[in-house]
Amino acid sequence: MPGPTPPPISKRAVVDRYFLEHRAKVIDIAAFLDRVDRAQAAAGEADAQDFRVKALEACCRVLLDGKPDRARRVLELLSDHSTEPIAKASTKGATGATHV
Amino acid sequence: MYIDPHVHMVSRTTDDYQRMALAGCVAITEPAFWAGYDRSSPQGFFDYFRQLTDFEPKRAAQYGIRHHTWLCINPKEAEDPVFAKEVIKLIPQFLKCENVLGIGEIGLNKNSRNELEILDAHLSLAAEHNLLVLVHTPHLEDKLKGTKLIMDAIRNHARLDPSRVLIDHVEEHTVRHVLDRGFWAGMTLYPDTKCTPQRAVDIFEMHGTERLWINSAGDWGQSDPLAVPKAQIEMKSRGHTLESVRKVSFENPLQFLSQSGRFRIA
Repeated sequence: MPGPTPPPISKRAVVDRYFLEHRAKVIDIAAFLDRVDRAQAAAGEADAQDFRVKALEACCRVLLDGKPDRARRVLELLSDHSTEPIAKASTKGATGATHV
Repeated sequence: MYIDPHVHMVSRTTDDYQRMALAGCVAITEPAFWAGYDRSSPQGFFDYFRQLTDFEPKRAAQYGIRHHTWLCINPKEAEDPVFAKEVIKLIPQFLKCENVLGIGEIGLNKNSRNELEILDAHLSLAAEHNLLVLVHTPHLEDKLKGTKLIMDAIRNHARLDPSRVLIDHVEEHTVRHVLDRGFWAGMTLYPDTKCTPQRAVDIFEMHGTERLWINSAGDWGQSDPLAVPKAQIEMKSRGHTLESVRKVSFENPLQFLSQSGRFRIA
């Protein structure tokens, strides 16, 4: 496999092999969005939709646009596209999304 | 048979060594990293470097696994440049240890100016001693930006040959950038935050197998020290040849790491 090559198994075999796993993941996303909707905002907490949830919904739209390289484009959607280093790191962690 | 070229065994049990050996692991490389808390003094790093160069190779050898290491202060502890430079001063005395392959895992975490300053200090040390470099790229939303900043920083060191630098934790949005600039690239098989074995095999199919390896990055967090053999199974089950499986999980790491002149398999 020195260069790009398609999976050695057929399109049907790919679906047979991976469908149930990804069916479960789609249901997980649906259940997560339902869970967010059902939850109450804590006192003093903004009721506006969290930027991470908005980002996830934007990712879902990428899945349905019919264009290739969905994984790359989803990751780019979730990425910081600024180019200059920040002055100082105030935390070690990452949130997994940016404001979209 | 396989090599896991990035795994933090100081955080794993002896049972993990045994299971890795049973799965066919013959050699590993262990980059210095963040312990989950900031060390309180440079002396803490001195002891950590002793563990990586003395104790851990003996523990691995009990299971027929050859242990190698990379030394640095991880970017997560680089926000205090004075402290970080004190740690960097400790590294040269360990470079004579026979299992030290180079400087790593250096890089960026939050893409800050202080992190860049310490990255540059590490790169200077690697260039001065003609060492291999293993690079950590930031997590999640910071990865794309950080990967580009890191590659630019490396390019400022003319003595560092990209073919002697591996940029780790690539995903679909960074792998092409890294390979196109002549570096080696590593895919980390890690739950939730990096690549699954399935996605890693997808990336091989999309970008080929040249200058690309896989690792578990097993550590103190949720991780899987058997991730590399699981990716081997994924490749085989899709019908990829045993030659391709061996190339990404054994031949490629062997080729890159052998540039150190110190890498050995058991």
